[in-house]
Amino acid sequence: MPEIRSPLPGTFYRRPAPDQPPFKEVGDRVEPGDVIGLVEVMKSFSEIKADCAGTVLRFTVEDEEPVMAGVVLVELEG
Amino acid sequence: MAIRRLFVANRGEIAVRIIRAARSLGIGTVQAYSEADRDMLAVRMADAAVCVGRPAARHSYLDGPRLVAAAKEAGCDAVHPGYGFLAENAAFAQAVEEAGLIFVGPTAETIRIMGDKAAARDAAIAAGVPVVPGSDGRVAGVEAALAAAEAIGYPVMIKAAAGGGGRGIRIAETPDELRRLAPQAQSEAQAAFGDGGLYLERVIVDARHIEVQVLGDGTRAVHAFERECSLQRRRQKVWEEAPAACLDEATRARLCASAVALAESVGYRGAGTLEYLYDEASGAFYFIEMNTRIQVEHPVTEMITGIDLVAAMIRIAGGEPLPVTQEQVRRTGHAIEVRINAEDPAAGFLPCPGTVVRLAVPEGPGLRFDGMIYEGYTVPPFYDSLLGKLIVHGATRAEAIDRLAGALERLEIAGLSTTIPLHKALAADPDIRAGKGHTRFLEAWLAGQPAFTPPSPTAAQR
Repeated sequence: MPEIRSPLPGTFYRRPAPDQPPFKEVGDRVEPGDVIGLVEVMKSFSEIKADCAGTVLRFTVEDEEPVMAGVVLVELEG
Repeated sequence: MAIRRLFVANRGEIAVRIIRAARSLGIGTVQAYSEADRDMLAVRMADAAVCVGRPAARHSYLDGPRLVAAAKEAGCDAVHPGYGFLAENAAFAQAVEEAGLIFVGPTAETIRIMGDKAAARDAAIAAGVPVVPGSDGRVAGVEAALAAAEAIGYPVMIKAAAGGGGRGIRIAETPDELRRLAPQAQSEAQAAFGDGGLYLERVIVDARHIEVQVLGDGTRAVHAFERECSLQRRRQKVWEEAPAACLDEATRARLCASAVALAESVGYRGAGTLEYLYDEASGAFYFIEMNTRIQVEHPVTEMITGIDLVAAMIRIAGGEPLPVTQEQVRRTGHAIEVRINAEDPAAGFLPCPGTVVRLAVPEGPGLRFDGMIYEGYTVPPFYDSLLGKLIVHGATRAEAIDRLAGALERLEIAGLSTTIPLHKALAADPDIRAGKGHTRFLEAWLAGQPAFTPPSPTAAQR
């Protein structure tokens, strides 16, 4: 099963800003290079991009939850 | 009413600093901490500690109702907000007071007035404090802009009245440029904010950032001289000094008196800082804003005056009058503070959370380190990157820089990248030694330093 992992430790955000919709929802198509979320490390935000294609099966980390480097954020299918 | 038990509604080095000050006054402390901060130094130092929620600050250090409830439950009679988080949040100050606790800071009303740029500017004008010359409200069209610019003096900054985020801003050096740029700024402002209104402000070229420390008890106020914080990167201060070497005594006296006048005019209570732009070419200074809290760089003022500002603000909050008269505030020598951040200056200041495997802090006369780290401590990735501040004091500015250079050689924080190499390079730089640093100096200097040339950025804006 393809997965997208966080390269960084920090806080995971599914939305570009608190008042905007998430980058991706379950069931959305993802292509390599698509932004699926942000990780904030010490007040700097880095985009997390997909490195493979597929459809979002589930988010394994909730919006605004802490993550460690290497943690799976998204599981894709196909 | 004297404070007996203080709730520390903040984290990191300022939490440690507040606990030290409270301890010196015989006041007990209860430290708030998030799930990610169980191991922080302030938790170990405080008499008691209470978990206030999840790592994301929104669910812990920014959750006002939860902090107030925790403070009440822990039997505290006062709350110290530190800096950042809720320190300048009027609603939080009000909630603390409404819960029957003392907020260590000014009234919610003062925070509200000074937190509103336009209201703070009006308060400054009313107190006779110079502000950046501007068009006093909107300009109606290009001809009115030209007339206003004539009165203000070029170069002028054209700003969107409804602005924010740097959009709708243009700088015009001449009337011809203003004629050309004003319509552009107007359409950009209209597109961005649905409001094409413009106003003008004088551009202070290569200004210096100078701020005055004040202490007030709600009636009287005193100043504790000024600091210069011109060395900034992305509007974040990096290196701070007291006093400002670029001021002559007459200007210093006028600047500090203006800060006291403004603080007294709003009945300021606690420790506060008035920020100014100083135009070295003309010797003029202009008020820009007031910070209604203790600041990161307060130690340089403590080093030159001997006043414990954090203890003073706690005593004032407990109902005591000002601990000093203006005549008693004296200064000696020169102090410099450098911020030690968990960032890699060789990699575009990439944040670098990690574990401190070795820590050696230099000690000696004229040296101070305000930190939050210890050997074996893991710096969490969820908050800002400040690990601590190295502060030095010398008889002269040159002596302070020499002392700083020596102390940086002996300061060792192993296990993660820090900004120590940047400060070593700055302390050795002839322009810094000559006091040439204005607010745009550092970014230009960094661009010319191969050691600090960043890789291509991938940072997102949020």
